[in-house]
Amino acid sequence: MDFLRPASWEEALAAKAEHPTAVPIAGGTDVMVEINFDHRRPEYLLDLTRIGDLYEWETGEDTVRLGASVPYTRIMEHLRAELPGLALASHTVASPQIRNRGGVGGNLGTASPAGDAHPALLAAGAEVEAESAARGTRLIPIDAFYTGVKRNALQPDELIRAVHIEKADGPQQYSKVGTRNAMVIAVCAFGLALHPATRTVRTGIGSAAPTPVRARAAEEFLNAALEEGGFWDNRKIITPSVAKRFAELCSGACNPIDDVRGTASYRRHAVGVMARRTLTWTWESYRGARRATEGAA
Amino acid sequence: MRVNFTVNGRPQEADDVWEGESLLYVLRERLGLPGSKNACEQGECGSCTVRLDGVPVCSCLVAAGQAEGREVVTVEGLADHARQRSRGGSRGVPLDEAKAWQAGGPGSRTGEEAELSTVQQAFIDAGAVQCGFCTPGLLVAADEMLEHNPDPSDADIREALSGNLCRCTGYEKIMDAVRLAAARQSGEV
Repeated sequence: MDFLRPASWEEALAAKAEHPTAVPIAGGTDVMVEINFDHRRPEYLLDLTRIGDLYEWETGEDTVRLGASVPYTRIMEHLRAELPGLALASHTVASPQIRNRGGVGGNLGTASPAGDAHPALLAAGAEVEAESAARGTRLIPIDAFYTGVKRNALQPDELIRAVHIEKADGPQQYSKVGTRNAMVIAVCAFGLALHPATRTVRTGIGSAAPTPVRARAAEEFLNAALEEGGFWDNRKIITPSVAKRFAELCSGACNPIDDVRGTASYRRHAVGVMARRTLTWTWESYRGARRATEGAA
Repeated sequence: MRVNFTVNGRPQEADDVWEGESLLYVLRERLGLPGSKNACEQGECGSCTVRLDGVPVCSCLVAAGQAEGREVVTVEGLADHARQRSRGGSRGVPLDEAKAWQAGGPGSRTGEEAELSTVQQAFIDAGAVQCGFCTPGLLVAADEMLEHNPDPSDADIREALSGNLCRCTGYEKIMDAVRLAAARQSGEV
């Protein structure tokens, strides 16, 4: 095994081009587990922790450009207003020790369906900034990023530089089911974002399909129902039958498996419950009755 | 490969380090500092918690090469770290001294003869140590919390220690110990 220690982003891209099998490592919270358990013996480890740019973020007019290695702790502390869904999701990641090291770039690189950030990114709307020495930068829409179980749209010579996440224009919520409140891998998770500017609702489901997914049919149903009832303007309480149907459609968007953490039918059920709850929380917040950052893990 | 870094305030050098090795392994097996414990090796238990450039991390998930040039504080250097914080002027802990570290002396206030941090003494006095395996990680995590949150609520303590598993005590004595340390630190008792 070789330990590659690029001092700059350009050096990192050059190293990845020269050694496409090199495994990038930043927080190490996924990669080191695999090495410790001898599940993986990469020929090259590409250490990204010397590259300061990856630990910075910029808040623009419409988006936050979040460096790939910004630890979850920083997101919780500094980006709660701009990225409330992701900040809530960050708080459900493992423990303080892990949140001090891990970041969204690693979640995307690993692309586990159980990664905590994914539902929040899908709901908020995001693009992954990938770069290679040969072809430069490209932005991959988050909807096209997850291609299979622990597979993503990255080419072998590409590295994740940053994630461009749409700043919240309305309330966002995140919910996660697990056996305890800390140090737990999601049985399933759900993210929901209201986008009053475009009068749309977006969702994200984690751990209930081979990849993180949006519940598109549920979104389309809810968008139409909200429009038809004039809800965005009259800010009335969402009709229970609408919330119920939305929850059913979210359950229907799942394609889960039975495993040690939970059965497929439990996951479908739980996703429906979380969909209804997060819709209620965000909608109450939109109506002005509840703070946007309140929530439950 | 060789790793040069600062451990408990003193420059150290580890040789013949395998590239896939963890910081925890380097501390325990290369430098002979077994205070940081090796249990789950996957970041679940917090027994290997150390400060890396001041930040609490699971040393089992830090690749040895990532520690190059960084500063590490282990439980062996915790008393010195706490002294430096309160009075200034750390001298650092030499490797021989760190290896030989123990809380000496009999009785409930065993710490009187050894140099202990407030948190360490509180763990002894509150009976928060049973088998002791989780203790080093808990001490490092609790000490770091008290550094920036001198008056923590119970919820703050539970949150700060949520990444440290204890299988003996049921956590109540640990909670007592951290409350005691907070009170002593702020001069209330």
